[in-house]
Amino acid sequence: MSVEALYSEKVMDHFTNPRNVGKMEDPDGVGTVGNPVCGDVMKLYIKVKDDRIDDAKFQTFGCGAAIATSSMVTELVKGRTLEEAVGLSNKEVADALDGLPPIKMHCSLLAEDALKAAIEDYRKKQ
Amino acid sequence: MKIYLDYNATTPVREEVLELMFDIYRGDSANPSSIHFFGRQARQFVDEARERVASSIGAEPSEIVFTGGGTEADNMAIQGTAYALREKGDHIITQATEHHAVLHTCQFLEKEGFKVTYLPVNREGLVDPSELEKAIGPGTILITIMTANNETGVIQPIEEIGEIARRHKVVFHTDAIQGLGKIPFSVKDLKIDLATFSAHKVYGPKGVGVLFVRKGTRLWPLSYGGHHEGGKRPGTENVAGIAGFGLACELAVQDIKESALRLSMLRDRLCNEIAGSISGVKLNGSRLLRLPNTLNLSFKFIEGEGILLGLELAGIASASGSACTSGTLAPSHVLSAMGVPAALAQGSIRFSLGRENTKEDIDYTAQALIPIIQRLRALSPFSEEDKGDV
Repeated sequence: MSVEALYSEKVMDHFTNPRNVGKMEDPDGVGTVGNPVCGDVMKLYIKVKDDRIDDAKFQTFGCGAAIATSSMVTELVKGRTLEEAVGLSNKEVADALDGLPPIKMHCSLLAEDALKAAIEDYRKKQ
Repeated sequence: MKIYLDYNATTPVREEVLELMFDIYRGDSANPSSIHFFGRQARQFVDEARERVASSIGAEPSEIVFTGGGTEADNMAIQGTAYALREKGDHIITQATEHHAVLHTCQFLEKEGFKVTYLPVNREGLVDPSELEKAIGPGTILITIMTANNETGVIQPIEEIGEIARRHKVVFHTDAIQGLGKIPFSVKDLKIDLATFSAHKVYGPKGVGVLFVRKGTRLWPLSYGGHHEGGKRPGTENVAGIAGFGLACELAVQDIKESALRLSMLRDRLCNEIAGSISGVKLNGSRLLRLPNTLNLSFKFIEGEGILLGLELAGIASASGSACTSGTLAPSHVLSAMGVPAALAQGSIRFSLGRENTKEDIDYTAQALIPIIQRLRALSPFSEEDKGDV
């Protein structure tokens, strides 16, 4: 008998082998969102070159979905212009992970917010 | 490899119990209320189970009411007492770390006009009996305090609370679901009027519970429709399930000393191996006043669901007090009530051991846990260096 998986294979892949993990040295923008009280904190770092996101890294305190969405958002935004990156929606993140359980959709929102916060931080510094 | 460390959630049905239940279903599973031969045989199964449960907890068979599970029995005890004694008073005393079967029932009664005191617990998870005594007033009709907590295993001072309740002539109910088969429990030694038990926590079937109702205790039924179970819980008896509970209960109590000793040694081995190789680990709940099979640990800087997922990938089934696993945004109400900071409550894991666990399971689990914690901590924005964050 097969048991329905908790998460998609893509989510599990990004949970077990997250991309772009860790603190970034000299980031151009940092976005921290969430609260440990609610169970998720995402810290997203970006490096910007010629108005494009050259590099992105993350650190996350959170559930499997929070870790996977953080990892995915860093993958998705690399190489995008800031304009394109600001338009990234949580749905795009969730879709790229082959979906999230309904109660975990807030994790993808958090990823979207972390990215927006990092871009805002970059713009403020300019 | 698959290791089950979630026995406080539920237990597998014992082989002997399964056999008995199969035999009953395969045979002429009649209605115990029928007066023909088949019915009398079914009645015998129910009566025998009643005697088995009664003798396991030091009660009279007539004091045992079979129900459709532990939650129903908690509801029957609390609502049943509240409505039966409404003309005497409207005040109920409970405490913060009760199971939702108790807490939500009390919250419902508040909407019905009853007043409820939710006593706090200390850092160890224990209620203070003297605080409880102070909370008793002229309108107090019921005290409901659990025997042992499902998340932390913390054992409440129910003996002392029973004395207080009796002195003030207040009905005392205890949800003893997690205590049965794990710690000695006899209504002969305790001044308890009502006690709740559940079959599936003692290697019996799901959907069967017991409410012990001490002789002379007034109780309104929650439902109507027959004379069954002394009119307290009408409906045709779940014969096989009840028989299964009877046997499971007897067996659980029979080997309680050996199993408690064995499980507490395994549990402490798990704790020592984890704490010996991982830093930033905290035990939740009293170390001494605790069920022998339960270990609730918090891991700093990480969240519990990630740990659960990592353990699952290693073939280990356990539980967490994190919000993510409860379907709410708040972490475990039990840990919060004990003053565990939210971030640490989010990073809590409950290992609850049982009959089938071996030393090998424990060593494997501890070994599997180390890289999981390390990996998740490497991902975390929090660490020992900037501990101001958590």
